[in-house]
Amino acid sequence: MKTILRKMGDWLEDRTGLMAAIRPILNHLVPPGAKWAYVFGSATLFCFILQVVTGVGLALLYQPSSDAAYQSLQFITDQAVFGRVLRGIHFFGASGMVLFVGVHMIRVYIMAAYKYPREMNWLTGVLLLFLTIIMGFTGQLLRWDANGVWSSVVAAQNLGRIPLIGTTLARLLLGGDTIGGQSLSRFFAYHVFLFPALIFALVGLHLFLVIRNGISEPPKAGRPVDPKTYRAWYETMLKREGVPFWPNAAWRDALFGSLVILTIVGLAVVVGPPALTQPPDPSIVDTSPEPDWYMLPIFALFALVPPKTESYLIFFGPVLLVLALFALPFLSNRGERSPIRRPWAVFGVICVVIFVGALLVIGEIEPWSPRFDTKSVATLVSYQNPQLKRGAMLFYKKGCQYCHMVHGEGGLRGPNLSDIGRNWTANQLTVQIVNGGGNMPAYGGSLDKDELRDIVAFLSAQK
Amino acid sequence: MNQENAETTDQQQPTADNQASDDSRRDFMLKVSLGLGGLAAAAVAVPVVGALIAPLLEDKPEVWRTVGTTDQFRVGSTTLVKFENADPRAWAGETARTAAWVRRESDEDFIAFSVNCTHLGCPVRWEAEADLFMCPCHGGVYYRDGSVAAGPPPKPLPRYAIRVAQGHVQIGTAPIPITNFSDGQ
Repeated sequence: MKTILRKMGDWLEDRTGLMAAIRPILNHLVPPGAKWAYVFGSATLFCFILQVVTGVGLALLYQPSSDAAYQSLQFITDQAVFGRVLRGIHFFGASGMVLFVGVHMIRVYIMAAYKYPREMNWLTGVLLLFLTIIMGFTGQLLRWDANGVWSSVVAAQNLGRIPLIGTTLARLLLGGDTIGGQSLSRFFAYHVFLFPALIFALVGLHLFLVIRNGISEPPKAGRPVDPKTYRAWYETMLKREGVPFWPNAAWRDALFGSLVILTIVGLAVVVGPPALTQPPDPSIVDTSPEPDWYMLPIFALFALVPPKTESYLIFFGPVLLVLALFALPFLSNRGERSPIRRPWAVFGVICVVIFVGALLVIGEIEPWSPRFDTKSVATLVSYQNPQLKRGAMLFYKKGCQYCHMVHGEGGLRGPNLSDIGRNWTANQLTVQIVNGGGNMPAYGGSLDKDELRDIVAFLSAQK
Repeated sequence: MNQENAETTDQQQPTADNQASDDSRRDFMLKVSLGLGGLAAAAVAVPVVGALIAPLLEDKPEVWRTVGTTDQFRVGSTTLVKFENADPRAWAGETARTAAWVRRESDEDFIAFSVNCTHLGCPVRWEAEADLFMCPCHGGVYYRDGSVAAGPPPKPLPRYAIRVAQGHVQIGTAPIPITNFSDGQ
């Protein structure tokens, strides 16, 4: 038996030469220090392969049609065999891909692996980063629930802010003047054919460049990159102390990648995919669109920047970001690579991580959004004084409580008014309520005298 | 016949003249094949790009959709109405619908506001008691006349065309309003 298999293998190798082509790639020498810090790129790749495989699985069950997609999502989630787990893996796989593409990028930046001769590795990596984010976003649209519909409107509005061609691009994205039958077909084509094809091509190029330029050796302080001598030095170093990629380095990739996939499957089974929101009917307005976690920092940023600067942020922000990332390996393609000698680089990374992390946290809290589901204070506190009771009910009914908190109930948009009566006089309160200001609507036109008096009395009692 | 030809060709000695004509012929054929290849690529690209930009080439007519009779709208009230977009695709299903907030100002005057917040397009809701439109996404707030009361929206709520015809309130279908760069400043 063994000999037959061996003979078949030999025949196949003789006719195809596959192993002869692959073996040098598997066995190519890598720097001996390339250890655990180097597993994140391959983890991203494993996540991508996971997405392709589970994506095919989902496509077997999904209806890419505006009128049926939502029902097919319900079917996948509730009825299809292992459908819920499949959706879960695809969601957590996307999350993992976004996470590891970020970690991989940070690792490459901190170790300055983008310097000579690996500028193109960095550039293709930047493109893959953006493609990953685009895939995450378009994937979320394919859920085609209220969130998917409104997220695509938000995306169209973002494109609309691009000067001159904004409206045209927005219409192009939606596939027409409004959301409709054409919209989902487009998102499906982008998410399933166009962008994955680009990712395949760029991953191929990215990996080819990794082989061609070699895995960057772990940096050492006082060993700067000099483009004149680097390649010769790297070759000599590999010959002297290099180890074959397979199996000396690859086992870590395989181990970490397997753990990542098992974790993703575990999360899919235990936590499950994100729940569907309302059906994709654009005339249902009682919905609170909110993107998946990886888009939340951008969602939060749009709420927090001064509105006057927003058009500039939406248009110039991405343009400058892409230019800066592209320019990086050309502005700094030689010199020290060690993070110890590049403290500002490390500081910059820490700042970016804190910035994005803070936006993520605050995007999760959404303090800027009215709390439509808040409960009236009048249901929690029984007021003896009828005026206070009326005031408490008006405070809720007139929407004050959507943005202001009293006794732990209410929104976070405006100041907490739990002890407003201590520092503000009735007169000051009246003026503020009637005229608004400081990002508060003026209520002068919508409250009668008695209502105003009751609300002021209620607030004055908050001490 | 062929054989004879082949033989004569074989017997010919390569001369400088022949070499030059070979080169120019090869050069010509290369240009022809590149040109033909480009033509083939363009021939395929035209319909594909056409499919991509098709939505821009379509001319969607504005149509009037009846959303109710006048007595369904109380003077001073703001009501959600739903209507079908102009010329929706057969497979659009529920996505063919659009909503608008109709405010009856007086016996004759109606206003139809888009539900799309001018900040990033999320659906605003009418809070009747508060007399305000509020957006759930980033906290945009509008007064009952659609002007901005608070939050990030750069301009008032856009309006749809609205008319009363024989006791019926009708809204003119329109594209989703898109906020542009210059609106945001």
